[in-house]
Amino acid sequence: MDFNDTKEEAKFRKKCRDWLEKNATYKEDSTPQNDDFANKDKMKAAKAWQKKKYDAGWAMLHWPKEYGGIGASSMERIIWANEEAKFDVPKGIFEIGLGMCGPVMMEYASEEQKERYLPPMAEGKEIWCQLFSEPSAGSDVAGLRSKAVQKGDKWIINGQKVWTSGAHFSDYGILVVRHDPDLEKHKGMTFFFVDMKSPGIEVKPIKQITGGSSFNEVYFTDVEIPDSQRLGEIGDGWKVAITTLMNERLAVGDAGGADVEDAFRWAKTQDNLGEPLLNNKAARESIADWYCEKSGLKNTKLRTMSALSRGDTPGPEASITKIVSAGKLQNIGNFGIDSLDMAGMLRTDNNDVKGFQNAWLGAPGMRIAGGTDEILRNIIAERVLGLPQDPRADKGVAFKDIPSGNS
Amino acid sequence: MNLDFSDDQKFLQEEARKFLKKENALLRNRTVLENQSHFDQELWTKIVELGWTGIRIPEEFDGLGLGHLELCVIAEELGRFLAPVPFSSSVYLFTEAIIKYGSEEMKKDLLPKLVSGDVIGTMAVTEDLFAPSKDNIKLSCESGKINGKKIAVPDASIATHALVVAKSDKGICLQVADLSHEGVLIEHQENIDESRGHFSITFEGVDTHAIGDEISGWDIYESIINQAAVLFAYEQIGGSQASLDMAVNYAKERYAFGRPIGSYQAIKHKLADMYIALTLAKSNCYYAAWALSTDSADLPSASATARVSAIKAYQLCSQENIQTHGGNGFTWEYDCHMFYRRSKLLSLNLGSLSNWREKLVTSLEQSNIN
Repeated sequence: MDFNDTKEEAKFRKKCRDWLEKNATYKEDSTPQNDDFANKDKMKAAKAWQKKKYDAGWAMLHWPKEYGGIGASSMERIIWANEEAKFDVPKGIFEIGLGMCGPVMMEYASEEQKERYLPPMAEGKEIWCQLFSEPSAGSDVAGLRSKAVQKGDKWIINGQKVWTSGAHFSDYGILVVRHDPDLEKHKGMTFFFVDMKSPGIEVKPIKQITGGSSFNEVYFTDVEIPDSQRLGEIGDGWKVAITTLMNERLAVGDAGGADVEDAFRWAKTQDNLGEPLLNNKAARESIADWYCEKSGLKNTKLRTMSALSRGDTPGPEASITKIVSAGKLQNIGNFGIDSLDMAGMLRTDNNDVKGFQNAWLGAPGMRIAGGTDEILRNIIAERVLGLPQDPRADKGVAFKDIPSGNS
Repeated sequence: MNLDFSDDQKFLQEEARKFLKKENALLRNRTVLENQSHFDQELWTKIVELGWTGIRIPEEFDGLGLGHLELCVIAEELGRFLAPVPFSSSVYLFTEAIIKYGSEEMKKDLLPKLVSGDVIGTMAVTEDLFAPSKDNIKLSCESGKINGKKIAVPDASIATHALVVAKSDKGICLQVADLSHEGVLIEHQENIDESRGHFSITFEGVDTHAIGDEISGWDIYESIINQAAVLFAYEQIGGSQASLDMAVNYAKERYAFGRPIGSYQAIKHKLADMYIALTLAKSNCYYAAWALSTDSADLPSASATARVSAIKAYQLCSQENIQTHGGNGFTWEYDCHMFYRRSKLLSLNLGSLSNWREKLVTSLEQSNIN
């Protein structure tokens, strides 16, 4: 066992770090994360950073050269991400496009389309979003009802999508819709990509618990999509969607935000009935447990990386990441706010307090986005432990005949 | 980057698993538990013959001269099969202490006999119904002669030697006692996992040899249990995995309301939580194994992290395995209770969950994690 890079890895890491040191500054303790991209300056800064990375080959380094990458290995990609995470750089805006839409385009788009769309996506010039969830299709995303009707070499789309992150500033989106409600649920779907500026698309931001609006409702009224923008065969929509959802699980990893180091630093100085909070037995026990969770996730990641570094396929252990980190985020948010006693209600300028309040307000979203705690437990139980599926009321039935409760 | 065991270490683990399975270690555990025979002599003899007692002992003292990582993979398998042998007492605690802190003379005398099984060691710390600390040890040591009583000492009936935490007029010292000496009285104490016997030992004017100097006994003791905690944690994740496997298999086979109980989310989510706790503990164990094998400055926090998460994982997995088995899980006949008992024994042997959480936070304060 060792934590050393191989010679090649060390060389690559140095190359990453040298470039980052020249082009960005290191993050400091408790630098608050700000992902309010409605703010035009922040969006501009994010795009500028992405462009800078693109020009130097770092934007999508694992992509082939012809689409703007440098053909890097999985290990090199992780090394880059590790190094970039140490710097105070904009994030949170291109992840969906690059992490989910990119891989689907790579696998299903025509050569011509890949050459047209992938490089601007990597460069940050064009932003992509993912149009999957619907008002009545959340965890059960295959229950979606937005309709696609074929008309010559075009498709006409009608319906509504929801929870679409970044739709309000996106140029393109990937979209799965139902082309035939007479077929079984999973067989009647088809997959497209769509120009978000198309006539008939209306985007309405959703205001979240946090007060911010990072996602939207998206309405489709007689929106036309050329058949050439279909990804996969007619009826293969679910198969293509699954490719994306698998990538989503890799893209939505750790819930960022206040962590055990913040709770620990805070507890050392925060007064609690005349003593530092860190002297409190209950506080100490909580910190110990969060430290174990945080280290457990970190070391799980190192095990995954060890497999990648050897060229092996990692085990299923990374499937625990989001469920553990989102729960921890919520608990640490509660802990920090509670430590202020009655004053915990107040919004203040203190970065630590802001961090705890943001964690508490944002954590409920993290426990839902990209697979709820419950769906993730089902996935672990069924795919990792091999337990049988629940009996289902929607198998072998035409989609239109499945009970839906609200129609 | 390589946070994994080598192919040779994995092979050793595979062989250990096959051996313990073939030897029916789990059934042997039940027999020891039912007969209150404290340990399985035949299995212990075979383990000695395989050389496991000498894994870490240098070749010059007849051992195999291997590292801690080899010991970790063996520990995981012993934990998986609940092997009823004094391995943890003799190898993780006593042998490791002699290797690290014993005088040359002690090493020459004891290490070859620990390899051959002629010497079996244990550790005697607790004196009353609360956690031992450097401020409450009463057993006295004067010019090497010890007087007093220890309780809850594992494996003392077959141990030939014990490491005894004692108090001299200078401070806390750590003494090696030969248990065959006159003045040593060993009495069985009933306990909640009789597959591993626990005993009281009364010492009356027994001559002993000090390990380390006369005043740093408590620090040495802490260092020994910091190391041992990693190896105990490997037994704990072995037992957690076995409990989870039992629960998963039962949930697939047992039907209720016309379908396998494992198809109900109430059961699925319970088992997923067991998997999550085990995965966290296992990953922390890998890191602690690395820290142990390289004698890293991180060892105190790494071993406490591994121990806290392994205690929690085993507690959860063993108790929810019973729950998943329903009424059957509560019977003596099913094996569930043997894991439940062992999980508690292993969580207490080196000190409780809450005291290890405290140790963890103390080590974070010392190393300043931010």
